[in-house]
Amino acid sequence: MQSSVSIRDLSLNFGAVKVLEHLDLEIAQGEFIVLLGPSGCGKSTLLNCIAGLLDVSDGQIFINGKNVTWEEPKDRGIGMVFQSYALYPQMSVEKNLSFGLRVAGMAKEEITQRVKRAAEILQIEPLLNRKPANLSGGQRQRVAIGRALVRDVDVFLFDEPLSNLDAKLRSDLRVEIKRLHQRLKNTMIYVTHDQIEALTLADRIAIMKNGVIQQLADPHTIYNRPTNLYVAGFIGSPSMNFLEGALKGGNFIASDGTSIPVGSYEFLAGRSTDAKAVLGIRPEHIFLGEAAHAMPFRTDVEIEIVEPMGSETLAWTRLAGIPITFRCSSDIPLRVGDKVNIGFDVARGSIFDAESTDRL
Amino acid sequence: MADTAVHAGEGAGTVVRPGFLKKTFLHNLPAKIAAVPMMATVLIVFVGCTLWTIYYSFTNSKLLPTGKFVGFDQYERLFATSRWNISVTNLISYGIMSLVFTLVLGFLLAVLMDQKIRFESAFRTIMLYPFALSFIVTGLVWQWIMNPTLGLQGTMRNLGFEWFTFDWITNSRMVLFALLIAGLWQGVGFCMVLMLAGLRGVDEEIWKAARVDGIPTWRTYVSVVLPMMRGVLITALVLIGSGIVRLYDLVVALTNGGPGISSEVPAKYVYNYMFSGGNIGQGLAAATMMLVSVLIIMIPWVYLEFGGKGRRS
Amino acid sequence: MSQTATTAGSLPHAGAGIEPRGPRPKPFFTPKKIIIYSVLVLFSFYFLFPLYVMVVTSFKTMPEIRFGNIFALPSQVNFDAWIKAWTSACTGLTCEGLSPGFWNSVKITIPSTIVSIFIAAVNGYALVNWRFKGSEVFFAILIFGSFIPYQVFLYPLVMITRQLGIFGTLQAVIVVHTIFGMPILTLLFRNYFASLPQELFKAARVDGAGFWRIFFEIMLPMSLPIFVVALILQVTGIWNDFLFGVVFAGTQNYPMTVQLNNIVNSAQGTPEYNVNMAATVLTGLVPLIIYFVSGKLFVRGVAAGAVKG
Repeated sequence: MQSSVSIRDLSLNFGAVKVLEHLDLEIAQGEFIVLLGPSGCGKSTLLNCIAGLLDVSDGQIFINGKNVTWEEPKDRGIGMVFQSYALYPQMSVEKNLSFGLRVAGMAKEEITQRVKRAAEILQIEPLLNRKPANLSGGQRQRVAIGRALVRDVDVFLFDEPLSNLDAKLRSDLRVEIKRLHQRLKNTMIYVTHDQIEALTLADRIAIMKNGVIQQLADPHTIYNRPTNLYVAGFIGSPSMNFLEGALKGGNFIASDGTSIPVGSYEFLAGRSTDAKAVLGIRPEHIFLGEAAHAMPFRTDVEIEIVEPMGSETLAWTRLAGIPITFRCSSDIPLRVGDKVNIGFDVARGSIFDAESTDRL
Repeated sequence: MADTAVHAGEGAGTVVRPGFLKKTFLHNLPAKIAAVPMMATVLIVFVGCTLWTIYYSFTNSKLLPTGKFVGFDQYERLFATSRWNISVTNLISYGIMSLVFTLVLGFLLAVLMDQKIRFESAFRTIMLYPFALSFIVTGLVWQWIMNPTLGLQGTMRNLGFEWFTFDWITNSRMVLFALLIAGLWQGVGFCMVLMLAGLRGVDEEIWKAARVDGIPTWRTYVSVVLPMMRGVLITALVLIGSGIVRLYDLVVALTNGGPGISSEVPAKYVYNYMFSGGNIGQGLAAATMMLVSVLIIMIPWVYLEFGGKGRRS
Repeated sequence: MSQTATTAGSLPHAGAGIEPRGPRPKPFFTPKKIIIYSVLVLFSFYFLFPLYVMVVTSFKTMPEIRFGNIFALPSQVNFDAWIKAWTSACTGLTCEGLSPGFWNSVKITIPSTIVSIFIAAVNGYALVNWRFKGSEVFFAILIFGSFIPYQVFLYPLVMITRQLGIFGTLQAVIVVHTIFGMPILTLLFRNYFASLPQELFKAARVDGAGFWRIFFEIMLPMSLPIFVVALILQVTGIWNDFLFGVVFAGTQNYPMTVQLNNIVNSAQGTPEYNVNMAATVLTGLVPLIIYFVSGKLFVRGVAAGAVKG
């Protein structure tokens, strides 16, 4: 099946700075793909290239099988939603939605019909005669999405659309976007720095750093089997615990000598090799007290800080001299200074080569 | 300082009333003293002189101000004087043309400059330098250029272009256009800079959205950007407008009101009658009329900008 | 427009044989570019032409000028007109050239600039940090008054300065320039001081400093950028002034602009165009130098005058 968007060997340089390097990406029909990464990683740049707003230095872009590398944005079959909504300030909502269509010379009835359909899907019908200044942030964003909707295109591009909204609105609109995708089934390429948005919305996530895609996989894989140290540290909040040390024999020896058996771990190469390594384990995979009994590795630790978060409690302690966190139910009373027994199974965690930072 | 004086006054157990007055007056005293020049200026000059001028325009003053009240006499004489009437029509014609051309040219040039061109800095320097010059300098150099025998017309004819005419400065029907060319030369650069700043204030993402929507560049300028520039346009309008009413130096330098009285302007009329015509009353009446015309323009603007609550441009 | 929004719609599309790859081919000479640059260059001629004519004419001799070609370059660079303009051109009754006018302008501009800026700075400071009852009303009237044509104030001001005994002297002109520079400069400083963090001021007051101390030791040192802008605005405006100079300064103290106008427009006999132009260039030289030296600051100062409220 032909992919919806195909990016082949894409490179972009701003003068001497290589922003994107030899990027390849295939996006399937109807897929919701998220480009995730911190500021400056190239995700917005990539989106702008796909949109045709930026000229690439090398490589090609195909949308629905058509080579659009030299096409203008309006001829690429895309609609775009911007971080600042970018609504035309002096036009009413209805005019904002229909402006592009009117300029293209579309028939009046067709325009009215499309505007009506978009307004109905996004529930902005009562707002049609208002100007953007009289809309709330959430409403503005819906109009911005509507403007892309009326174009009747296959691919939707989102450039950090929720970053300007407050937390509550952000989670509300996030669900709306997911519902939209389920209803329309269009391909959606979504850029964000917020991992929650990425994890909840995406079919696949492309984590980017310095213009290179670190890992391209579905959220579950990215979360549980990160492909390198960077991805492991980026995804997950609170972040993964990292222990430095070395693999020797069938164990991981931490810097203070603590030995952790790694027999249950699924090595990519099939088996363990001796090397300097970093062991990563997520806070929710470290267990306390009774649940720890079943774990292959157990140790006693002293609680240093307790952060009660309502739904659960986050505890800070030390393992091999390094501060680590673990989660436990808020029912369990923990106090600073308590000596408890914790344990985990390395199979749930990740081991990375200390030099290359790749997953072992 | 002022604060301690206040506290001392309170602590001394004075009765509320006198203490209150003293407190209000002494409170923040250094600031009030420092603001005396401003308050004096406002009261004596901006308010006082204006009222004085208006009042004495109703008198019979000739060489010196007299207190003899004559009602609207001066005004009747004013409106009957062809020199004044021509001044007013001149100013209106010049004003409208200047306003329109300055805004349109300023905007067009700003749009061109907004197109990511090379040498932007050089172009801006070239267009704006006339603004740094005095109106006298501007008027005199254009007077020379427009000299019929030795200026541009003469030169072109000597070069073989017999048909070339540029004697507007001696032509009473065209002299206002001569004034316009000089005035535009000085003012367009400034307007362009203002407009360019306004254009640059437009969010980049709006441009992106328009491009994705398939709106051609010119259409984006007209339908999206221009409506967004309301604030800048109004500011430019007010500035250019207030400059036009004051038009004086340029006329003195370029044409001195000539040929005859065909390029007279109100500001010059006022000056001539006040200081060399020996008829102060007339001059004051004319000045008051200038004030009235400014008020007519200003008051709607003030209302638009500050009266309409919640209507932020 | 930004780097991302490149010119739309006028570029070649992929032909049958070409496989698009990499950057869009951008021909150097698109019709759009040609139009843009030609219009800009055309206007540049319009703006530069008078400057060229001014300078070129001033270096010619009168016979050359009578030839009747203002485009022509002088056959040799002749400074006679300049010397005459500076030292012996007739500005009314005396024939001492422009140099007295130059020094008069200097004597007018420097004190006027200093006084007007200082007072406006204090005004702005007081309005922002030490508001008192009615201060904003005074400011509003000040701004409103700045739109009223000067002619309304002229005669009463003449009378006042006569009463004070300063009519026809430098002091009168300085006072007048201070008065009429106040609105815009106060606005400038007020806006600037309003944009400074209030905490600085509050901390100083907690430390016990008073009005003047805070002004001189804290506010002034932080205001250098706006001082430069105000300086440019005032020096240019005052140097170029004509009306106040001719009304208030007195014949001994006429500024350069008034002298210039006299040289050209009140001349007896045949006009000496080269001298006229030399005089014109000389008068425009000071503000032009300021303009070219200050560059972007000049633009900012000019635009700052345009920012209201």
